[in-house]
Amino acid sequence: MFTHKTFSAIAGLLLATSLSATYGQEPARYGFGTPVTQEELTKYFSIPADGRGLPAGSGKAADGAKIYADSCAVCHGEKLEGNPAKGIGGDKLIGGRGSLATKTPVKTVESYWPYSTTLFDYVKRAMPFNAPGSLSDNDVYAVVAYILSEAKIIKPTDVMDAKTLPKVAMPNRDGFVPDPRPELDLYH
Amino acid sequence: MKRRENVFYNEKAQRLAEEMILAEKRHIAERRSEAEGCDCKEGMFPRGNTTNRRRFIFAAGSLAGAFASAAYAQDKKAPPGAVHFDVPADPTKEQGRAVAADGGYGSRSQFETEVRWRFPTANEYTSWSMTPLDKMLGNLTPSGLHFERHHGGIPTIDPSKHTLIVHGMVGTAKKYTMADLKRFPSVTRKYFIECSGNGLTEWNKPTLKTVQGTHGLLSTSEWTGVQFSTIAREVGLKDGSAWVLAEGADAAVMTRSIPMEKMLKDALIVYGQNGEAIRPEQGYPLRLVLPGYEGNTHIKWLRRLEVSDKPFMTREETSKYTDLLASGKARQFSFDMEAKSVITFPSGEMKLPGAGFYNIQGFAWSGRGRVQSVDVSVDGGKNWYPARLESTPEPICTVRFSYPWMWDGKAAILQSRCTDETGYVQPTLKQLVAIRGSNGPYGSIYHLNAIQSWAVSETGDVSNVHA
Ligand code: HEC
Repeated sequence: MFTHKTFSAIAGLLLATSLSATYGQEPARYGFGTPVTQEELTKYFSIPADGRGLPAGSGKAADGAKIYADSCAVCHGEKLEGNPAKGIGGDKLIGGRGSLATKTPVKTVESYWPYSTTLFDYVKRAMPFNAPGSLSDNDVYAVVAYILSEAKIIKPTDVMDAKTLPKVAMPNRDGFVPDPRPELDLYH
Repeated sequence: MKRRENVFYNEKAQRLAEEMILAEKRHIAERRSEAEGCDCKEGMFPRGNTTNRRRFIFAAGSLAGAFASAAYAQDKKAPPGAVHFDVPADPTKEQGRAVAADGGYGSRSQFETEVRWRFPTANEYTSWSMTPLDKMLGNLTPSGLHFERHHGGIPTIDPSKHTLIVHGMVGTAKKYTMADLKRFPSVTRKYFIECSGNGLTEWNKPTLKTVQGTHGLLSTSEWTGVQFSTIAREVGLKDGSAWVLAEGADAAVMTRSIPMEKMLKDALIVYGQNGEAIRPEQGYPLRLVLPGYEGNTHIKWLRRLEVSDKPFMTREETSKYTDLLASGKARQFSFDMEAKSVITFPSGEMKLPGAGFYNIQGFAWSGRGRVQSVDVSVDGGKNWYPARLESTPEPICTVRFSYPWMWDGKAAILQSRCTDETGYVQPTLKQLVAIRGSNGPYGSIYHLNAIQSWAVSETGDVSNVHA
């Protein structure tokens, strides 16, 4: 394909042969943009399974229960059973363990999610759906602890923080396989 | 759990299935009333030649989501994206409209009524709308009809305040304004984008009736922007960098992890779509385009790229966009959109007026390269004949195909089958289900690229079938 880079390479050759210095010059770096300070980056986060980037703070299920009732239950149900009503459509958050290989799989945080860190990351970034990013880090830890405790993945007394959360063993941790496609059977 | 024939639905899935059938029905009814008072052949979804006031009032009431634009609310006589003008008895006998009286930006004709319709998820802020593929008059999708999928609504972003931060395992973390990005060398390329959930209703039984419903999460645009490789050279990549997290500036703060290999191969950071700035629904002012990857990864309203040694296991690459198999295991990072095709004419809910000649038409595409060839069958896959490609196939771009068909008036089953340049042949649904299983109401949900069947009855009615 005739890309900009091949174009530059050809232009470079032309330069060498014609000694014209006015055409096709490309600097090693354009130098656009401005360097970003560490401080500017503090408002961003994305937390992989090892918990890198988890903030300070902590929470436990008892506190989370209250936050859940105030900020989540209207859309996800009093018992975390989900609320499919029009205008709401909050997912069911617990249950469904052991259902994935059946005709009626139920995918929830409890039955399907491989990593507890994903729950922290997602709730902090996108929930409550109508006021995303409004919870403090302590509140996120607490509500995550509540969901995991209701799912019987952790004990109600367990404290969730940057150290303990990544160690939570999710039931479907080994439930994922890499994409094996392309499938050779589907070739000519 | 309710049981529906041999398909199991939980309460949520059952409700969704019923809702979407209803929504599609309303859309079909609207099109039918559009055809009324038109002397074109019945039911072939003719383009109406009169503006029908009643129709638009009906549509406004029934398809509130799709039609809820302020402009439309003010002027009930013109469809979305159009302005109403009185029609003169003879346009050659009176002056037309003054040049540039539209303020300098044109709109479509008031007689063109095609719209995307929204899939009736319970929550209209996390939902999707479908492109009317059967009404496309070319290969590119008009920007205003490009399908949508948002997880937290469409944000309004001032481009003068928008920046892209590139950081993580890089030499120098950098922040780019839109003006900075536009100074870099750019490329312009045509690519399709397809949501991997396209056709999710069709795994276990034919559910939606029209091609807009079964295949409408597919659109093609010409995209303009900067190659990620250009930016990577600028910031430098540290040893061991293997993944890039892309993050959007919407209420979902959408995130996906993308393999570095892909990012360096052909990822684009685009600001242009079909010759103008990308539409708000498509990520204005900036989006990622990952040719051939599932739509969800083409992060819109792109604000941040974080280079990493590992994927981030975001919600959209664990809870969603993973493909559950019969074994209960799920495929993760199943990015490629495999070769696929569909006949758009004739397609579901159309009616052929009688035996005779029909130019079968459709689209074919592959996320792994160019379309090599398309075959058409009119007997449910027993015999295949080569279709005509209507333009030179480009990599990871749709191509229109056609096949001249003399219909003898007997029942027929129309299918198309795409082969891409890698030699991959679009599978039958049976082949796909044998590999993936069909647990749950929507099977493995994502990546349904099976051959589509449309049955033509002796009366000329066209319907969605599994054959
Ligand atoms: C206004 C309704 C609403 C409120 C309030 C709300 N949610 Fe949600 N939640 C949703 C919707 C809708 C989705 C699905 C979003 C999507 O798929 O794009 C969702 C998704 C989720 C998911 C992902 C589920 C899955 O299986 O992928 C989690 C976890 C979650 N919410 C947790 C919470 C928590 C914790 C709170 C309270 C702090 C909360 N939500 C408040 C509506 C709500």
